[in-house]
Amino acid sequence: MRRYILFRLLQFIPLLLGMTFVSFIIIQMAPGDYFTQMQMNPDVSPQTIENMRRTFGLDRPVVIQYFFWLKNIFRFDLGVSFSYHIPVSFLIKQKLKNTLALSLFSIFLTWLIAIPLGIFAAIKQGRWHEKILSFLAYIGISLPAFLIAMLMVFFAARTAILPVGGTTSVFYIGATGWEKFLDYLGHLLLPGLALTFAGIGGLYRLMKNNFLEVLGAPYIITARAKGLSPVKVYFKHTLRNAINPMITIFGYTLSSVLSGAALVEIITNWPGMGRLMLDAVLSQDLYLVMASLLIGGVLLIVGNLIADVLIAFVDPRVRLR
Amino acid sequence: MRVFIRRLKDKNRLSFVSLWILVFLYCLALLADFIVPYPYDLQHREYALCPPVLPHIFHNGRISRPFVYGIEIVNPAFKEYRQDTGKIYPLKFFVKGSERKILGIIKTDRYLFGTGNGKVFLFGTDNHGRDVFSRVLYGARISLSIGVIGVAISFILGLFIGGISGYFGGKVDAFLMRLVEIIMMFPFFYLMLALRAIFPANLSSVQVYLLIVVILSLIGWASLARIIRGMVLSIKEEEYVMAARALGLSSFRIITRHILPNTFSYTITALTLSIPDYILGESALSLLGLGIQEPYPSWGNMLSVAVGNLRVLTGAPWMLIPGFFIFLTVITFNFLGDGLRDVMDPKNW
Repeated sequence: MRRYILFRLLQFIPLLLGMTFVSFIIIQMAPGDYFTQMQMNPDVSPQTIENMRRTFGLDRPVVIQYFFWLKNIFRFDLGVSFSYHIPVSFLIKQKLKNTLALSLFSIFLTWLIAIPLGIFAAIKQGRWHEKILSFLAYIGISLPAFLIAMLMVFFAARTAILPVGGTTSVFYIGATGWEKFLDYLGHLLLPGLALTFAGIGGLYRLMKNNFLEVLGAPYIITARAKGLSPVKVYFKHTLRNAINPMITIFGYTLSSVLSGAALVEIITNWPGMGRLMLDAVLSQDLYLVMASLLIGGVLLIVGNLIADVLIAFVDPRVRLR
Repeated sequence: MRVFIRRLKDKNRLSFVSLWILVFLYCLALLADFIVPYPYDLQHREYALCPPVLPHIFHNGRISRPFVYGIEIVNPAFKEYRQDTGKIYPLKFFVKGSERKILGIIKTDRYLFGTGNGKVFLFGTDNHGRDVFSRVLYGARISLSIGVIGVAISFILGLFIGGISGYFGGKVDAFLMRLVEIIMMFPFFYLMLALRAIFPANLSSVQVYLLIVVILSLIGWASLARIIRGMVLSIKEEEYVMAARALGLSSFRIITRHILPNTFSYTITALTLSIPDYILGESALSLLGLGIQEPYPSWGNMLSVAVGNLRVLTGAPWMLIPGFFIFLTVITFNFLGDGLRDVMDPKNW
């Protein structure tokens, strides 16, 4: 098992290198750099800008810059943000916490709702329960997350049920630990639910289709013919086989939610990586963009590893290989 | 084609209906010049954020020909409006207006409908007093075409690269597939932003349009190429491919004429189902102000007014109407794609 994980990790390293290199080139392909805007400012002398470029290493060829960046990464130094003048790692730590809270909350809720519904619909295939659920799933798949977020902001602002924007309310200062948590959770609810509603449809459909496929397998017919109770057939024989492909998908959700969350964060004013990344890209804040992309890649790897381990845990066929 | 549509009707009623809704939407977009009552950039300054003004057919309890009431401004500062039931403007069809060209070809001075001196804002107006209905129809041109063109480019790239990768195998395959994996590794949204940032922010609408299409297709071909490669790997072992090779056909000809056509039943379905991704990609970029630029409307940039502006969002919910059209387009493409899958799958014949 340990060798397997190590092998998978090694597989990802060239990919990660390729990805960071490509993004470095892409960002440097943009005309000018962060300091180009500064040249417009008559208060800043060209000499100062030249010096700053040199300090940040922007006067060297792109490939050399990339290797310097890479060297620093191995020393856990993500560089300094041009626009905020503080280390990127410090900047990202604050925002990543919020984004991860949002992502994990919505992933958890999505799976909690979608998986049982998918199983239920597969069991009731062709009946009215399934038809209604499947139709709702179609709507959920077709409603983009940003639209759901806008609709929710609209209703939240109209009815004042949920707080809109930010992570905390004015009462946060001076609140006790438990109250702080509830306050944070309250603010998390709106972007979190928007992301959840956007994700349920797709997951429901996958679960339903997997379950249906396994239900048609010969060993299920055997199990039924043996006279096993439906509960045993569904949950012991079918579910355990139908859940495997879902775990693989789980590996990808971690990184795709990061991407999906960005837009929702911007719309609902949730201070996460989305807004940070948008501003960083627009102002060509090189090291900030690189760090964000790197985190995206690392999350993908982590997600895949978790999935691999889980599959090996659930499926003995994989474990033995 | 007719057999095909009939089969679609029999197999999957919803997708059949979706097909017609889509045809209708495309017609609206094509004929926008003729249908809309106002140009997309005409600002009715005095009627900013005016709620929808809909035609009525009952007046004092009696049926009359369609008409609209006049709009009375109650409070200009808070943009409050009321229908002035004293003023009646009959709704006229095929009214004369200023001359314009439909799709740049047919000259006409007739509009589908108009009210003379009254105002008819079917979907209300935006913060500049522009008619949302007119802008939705013009915006449809962007959203409805971007998916089809974008998919066409990804289709060509995906088929070609996937075909080469699967057919030749070896080093070519290894290199191309690593490239695919790298592209798929990026968080989609971040990659889109980074690619957009290569180009200056203030491009003309046409340039931005082309740019978005290219960006989205450059991201989108990867997953298709991967699947095509897998299919080509198995198809190239078929006997007819061997026969083609024995006949001395060139690799290019074998790939394009003998192998790739066999993947079409899958790819056409996959493409229909991926059109929504392009529409949403454009909307997302425009929503952030990085896509189609004002004054030209797209469904995404029309929504951007309501983002981050709670007063507009809560006070003028009709600003979300473009969002409904995004939803309608996406769901009909999804239904259609599923219907196509049912029809194309030989198991269902």
